[in-house]
Amino acid sequence: MEPTNIESPDYFHKVVDCQWACPAHTPVPEYIRMIAQGRFADAYMVNWKSNVFPGILGRTCDRPCEPACRRGRVEEEPVAICRLKRVAADNKGELNGRMPKPAEAWNGKTVACVGAGPASLTVARDLAPLGYRVVVIDRDAKGGGMIRSQIPRFRLPEEVIDEEVGYITAMGPELVLNREVTSLKGLLAEPYDAIFVGTGAPRGRDLDVPGRAEAAANIHIGIDWLSSVSFGHIEKIGRRVIVLGGGNTAMDCCRTSRRLGGEDVKVIVRSGFDEMKASPWEKEDAMHEGIPILNFLVPKSFTHEAGKLTGVWFEKVGWQTGEDGRRSLKPTGEPDQHFECDDVLVAIGQENSFPWIEREVLDFDKWGMPVVGETTFQSSNPKVFFGGDAAFGPKNIIWAVAQGHEAAVSIDLYCRGQDVGLRPPPGVTLASQKMGIHEWSYDNDISLDERKKVPLLETTLALSSVKAEVELGFDMALAYAETQRCLNCDVQTVFSAPACIECDACVDICPTDCITFTANADEPDLRASLKAPALNLTQDLYVSTALPTGRVMVKDEDVCLHCGLCAERCPTGAWDMQKFLLNTTQAGGCR
Amino acid sequence: MTYIAKPKFAHPSLQPNAVGYTRRDYEGRVSTLCAGCGHDSISAAIVQACFELDLEPHRLAKLSGIGCSSKTPDYFLGASHGFNTVHGRMPSVLTGANLANRSLVYLGVSGDGDSASIGLGQFAHSIRRGVNMTYIVENNGVYGLTKGQFSATSDKGSKSKKGVVNHDSAIDMVSLALQLGATFVARSFSGDKAQLVPLIKAALRHKGAAFIDTISPCIAFNNHAGSTKSFDWVREHNEAVNRLDVMIGRSPITADYAAGDTVRVEQHDGTVLTLRKLAADYDPTDRIRAMGFLQERQAAGEVVTGLLYVDPEAEDLHDALGTTRTPLNELNTADLTPGSAALSGINASLR
Repeated sequence: MEPTNIESPDYFHKVVDCQWACPAHTPVPEYIRMIAQGRFADAYMVNWKSNVFPGILGRTCDRPCEPACRRGRVEEEPVAICRLKRVAADNKGELNGRMPKPAEAWNGKTVACVGAGPASLTVARDLAPLGYRVVVIDRDAKGGGMIRSQIPRFRLPEEVIDEEVGYITAMGPELVLNREVTSLKGLLAEPYDAIFVGTGAPRGRDLDVPGRAEAAANIHIGIDWLSSVSFGHIEKIGRRVIVLGGGNTAMDCCRTSRRLGGEDVKVIVRSGFDEMKASPWEKEDAMHEGIPILNFLVPKSFTHEAGKLTGVWFEKVGWQTGEDGRRSLKPTGEPDQHFECDDVLVAIGQENSFPWIEREVLDFDKWGMPVVGETTFQSSNPKVFFGGDAAFGPKNIIWAVAQGHEAAVSIDLYCRGQDVGLRPPPGVTLASQKMGIHEWSYDNDISLDERKKVPLLETTLALSSVKAEVELGFDMALAYAETQRCLNCDVQTVFSAPACIECDACVDICPTDCITFTANADEPDLRASLKAPALNLTQDLYVSTALPTGRVMVKDEDVCLHCGLCAERCPTGAWDMQKFLLNTTQAGGCR
Repeated sequence: MTYIAKPKFAHPSLQPNAVGYTRRDYEGRVSTLCAGCGHDSISAAIVQACFELDLEPHRLAKLSGIGCSSKTPDYFLGASHGFNTVHGRMPSVLTGANLANRSLVYLGVSGDGDSASIGLGQFAHSIRRGVNMTYIVENNGVYGLTKGQFSATSDKGSKSKKGVVNHDSAIDMVSLALQLGATFVARSFSGDKAQLVPLIKAALRHKGAAFIDTISPCIAFNNHAGSTKSFDWVREHNEAVNRLDVMIGRSPITADYAAGDTVRVEQHDGTVLTLRKLAADYDPTDRIRAMGFLQERQAAGEVVTGLLYVDPEAEDLHDALGTTRTPLNELNTADLTPGSAALSGINASLR
């Protein structure tokens, strides 16, 4: 193999699995160390700069970082990254002027953001301190978008939303609420230099089966129903509730039902349990509240009496492999099943909806989605940008934030007459952590603790109110113990071939057999011939230049504990532990 | 050296051996030797060899004297028996232990000071008696603990770190061992585990006195230009006579070598040693020619490594003494005090 180019920002970034997996590339180990040191406000600001909503995401994030966490490959469970983020938010105290100040002068440019959800608010946050006049328009009475309307209060208290939306509005953007934009053409006629569309995926998919119209009074679309609950328009539901769908919205629907009078609440899903779209922890949380999940049942019809819903018929299905070798769900031939209920919540997916965008203003593809640049988020109308669910369909908050940052970069470039295709590179630093012969500026002793569980409110109390937050968050002792599980993957093992005397000390001490000195070969041969086989192909091999014996050093990054023992045992300093810090460049940061 | 212990987490592919232990189970406490010390590599080779031999840790006793090398038994086989003896007296204590309990596997670890200076007599007698043991000398040619004076194995003409030239002749432990009748003699290098691990395995399976002289560079005091025990010197002058594969039990010999390129030696316990010849005409079962070869190559400035001599039919001290098969520590009172009738019999036989 060719020697690894560690100068490329991507190489070490990929080693920090959590940061690489995070759409916003939040420097996770960096803020976890700050939490361990009790520097909660600093940890909050590292998060805030990158993901804008640490308090909200610390409770609701879909956590792409956690399945990626290296700890999960070394022992059972990844670090509880998401809930540590909440620790930073809950304990930050005074931020003492750390937030950016409103711009002193208007730069002469005005940007409209349609929708006041996470994507639009991110654009507003990035652009307002640069001097832009940002006008955020939303049809609801309060800012926050789906964060406020769809996430139940028992998972995310309203004060947290108010606080983090408040940080943004304090920087000067103008919030125009209770205004529904009905025509993009009309908006384009207003004196805006650029328009950002962050309207999300606001339409819940309906289920068109017999009985739907007759029993309509007791059949609700999940996200609309959640929104009505959030804004206080709905306070009750029937005793027996069936939730259709297997995603996170379905989990929110069933848990909300339990708090609004639903005693016999079931989730009924077409697919198997493992194929459900809901995150594993959301399924666990629902089952913990006594909600059964029934799988392989497809709704066939609603039964009703005198205009009142009485139940749902289901057809039993199972996985079958067709002639083309593809698996699909097919009826098993077992008799249909009937479940009685008083209300049904339909949470079988959501869609984009752009009735207010005239098709002559910008291009749409054959699926009815706007044509949007993958990195620029610019539409075919150069003045109009998209982000969040509105750009590429339903995802989650952290994606909306990441896309908002990128769209803000584009809008800034566009407004200054520059090429939106020239993306600014990230800011990268690599600095030795050596403090003494065996002393590092990070805690390199590896904790063997298992993942800590977040304490919960007692179930009867939790179910008594839709506003009582279920998760209590880590206390200080649990939070500290959990921070110690982080392997500090951003502290990189950096190898200098000219200094190496090939004494094998690093090979002998490495607890996870990551390091091998061997004759160079092609990647597949090298992967098979290392001290421990490098079977995880998603993880890179770090290959040195040739050493005096003609061999090369090969390090499999896969399960490196970043304990630094290779560097401690190295007599010549050929190994060094260097902290890799990557900050994605945000709007204005590249000037 | 390091203050923190090696983390317990291991590579997910780490497998247990036939007796249920992983390689990590054969490790000891974290080393306190200097970073990069060759001795740590030898410890790692011992760990690897014992793991591959499926040795139960409690069936092995590790003994050592005094010095950097003699500290190392703390850093491997943490679950085995150990005895850190007086300076240079490891061979005597090992001999005594072996006589008392012949059922254990004995591993003596020593250094050039411990074995070639203060313990030279002890070394010589344990070898010539054929004590069933593996005797590893971790040979760095320097007194590291006392800051770098020449040791008895420092080559004449080699330089200390300070620049002083050694005027004393070196003791060559390999030649001594051959001369004294060791039945397994090898030399290796801490920087070449591919060679060292099979040698340790074969030695542990050898019945009789097995001696391995392992050159082990002292990073702190003897790894400079002018040293003949440095990484660079040994790598430049290393002449391996053969490469060893150790086959245990009835496992088939799968390595495919051209006829005439290998020497096959079967030891007492059925261990098959397959030696790939690197030096043409080198016969590792011919002691006299081995001694001559060594002298010749040494004079040419080479460091000869590999399995230099093995006597597959070797006998040990217990055979010579005709001791009972039962370890002495397992004999009961009736066996040890057979009574006055037996004494009368012995007395009568001596009249």
